[in-house]
Amino acid sequence: MLRLLSAERLARHPRLADEMFRHRAAQFRDRLGWEVQVDADGRERDAYDALDPLYLIWQRAEGGHGGSFRLMPTAGRCMVNEHFADVAGVTSSPFIWEVTRFCLAPRAEGQVAAALMLGGGAVMRAAGLEHLLGVFDARMERIYVRIGAAPEVLGRRGKGRDRIGVGLWRLTPEAEARVAARAGLSPDLVARWVARDFDAASVPAPARSA
Amino acid sequence: MSASRLESILERLDAATAPDDLQAAIEALRAHYAVDHLVYHWVSPDGEQYGCGTYPRAWVERYLERGYLRIDPVIQGCYRRFHPVDWKRLDWSSRAVRAFLRDARDHGLGRQGFSVPIRGPAGQFALFTVNHDCDDTAWAVFTAAHCRELILVAHAFNRKALEFEAGRLPEHQAQLSPRELDAMTLLAIGYSRAQVADTLSISEHTLRAYIESARFKLGALNTTHAVARAMSRGLIVIGP
Repeated sequence: MLRLLSAERLARHPRLADEMFRHRAAQFRDRLGWEVQVDADGRERDAYDALDPLYLIWQRAEGGHGGSFRLMPTAGRCMVNEHFADVAGVTSSPFIWEVTRFCLAPRAEGQVAAALMLGGGAVMRAAGLEHLLGVFDARMERIYVRIGAAPEVLGRRGKGRDRIGVGLWRLTPEAEARVAARAGLSPDLVARWVARDFDAASVPAPARSA
Repeated sequence: MSASRLESILERLDAATAPDDLQAAIEALRAHYAVDHLVYHWVSPDGEQYGCGTYPRAWVERYLERGYLRIDPVIQGCYRRFHPVDWKRLDWSSRAVRAFLRDARDHGLGRQGFSVPIRGPAGQFALFTVNHDCDDTAWAVFTAAHCRELILVAHAFNRKALEFEAGRLPEHQAQLSPRELDAMTLLAIGYSRAQVADTLSISEHTLRAYIESARFKLGALNTTHAVARAMSRGLIVIGP
């Protein structure tokens, strides 16, 4: 199942959060050799995790983390603009959100990546966005291509395994159908999951006692 | 018609040189939207508050005197968010909050609200709120129709407030990326989107993202407005 969680709500799911930050350490430090901050318990977090982002997470049937990414609008502080401006310039709009730390659990399938991409499309629709702006390594880029969600690359830095790209995704019915088939999920179901969480900004409706 | 009226209000806001101009702009906006109240509310990390708006003075004084900032569900609900929040989604269930809401209604606030959270540099936080009294259906129609515009207007107010606060230069000065400048320049000389994309060897989708970002940086409502602003600021120059 997909979950869209604010940092605040993520804290109420300690196992999911813990696994996500560990899997990020496995992907970004162990596999890619990036210089990321990993705490004593093996969790990778950065300054942007402290800025109340949203997380889109694939939660496995047994409750654990299958894969995830982090969302923030480019109108405020964000990673693309503060760390990758040399690659694609500074993009700034409340209607373009960045996707960073796209991470798959060890041995996760392309199916999980496809489910996450499908969820990204549902977020775009729920928030009225036209674009998502992503930062990705060479392996993730290959996965995006394979699942039918190739980004439009705005710029790249580095070579080979160390290559990093910045690119845009848009929402097209054709891409959505391809990715949905790969994920084995109905776009309607994914849209419902995302809409439910998107609306759950807080708790119940106001008491209109006034 | 109404879009150009909004544009002219934003032009005046952009030209504002003093906090009083912000107040004039927000009053003009209230008339434009024909709603009960509009408020821009800046809350600094140490609880200092600053703003402008059309709430009755008695309510503003009451709010400060009672320290309502601490329990106001709109503040609590928006503080960690970056997307607009309809007041219906907030938690108004506790006794203190119900009393706060009653007090607000007694002071002339409408039952509907829509707040746009803004996160500025260095932990800056502000809200732009529309408050109105109407039924849920009419409200849903209003917010759906104006959500995008209200987000842009909210940022326009925040930009000005930051400018006054820090005495800094407007942040939009010459901040367009080279690609955004190229795109705006070609649009200014009359190229179609397809021609611009072709000339820059990018897809129309990528072009849309450049235009979107340039529009936002220029504080413009639409592409025509953005081109006009880029030209009036001398960011793009066309001529013989």
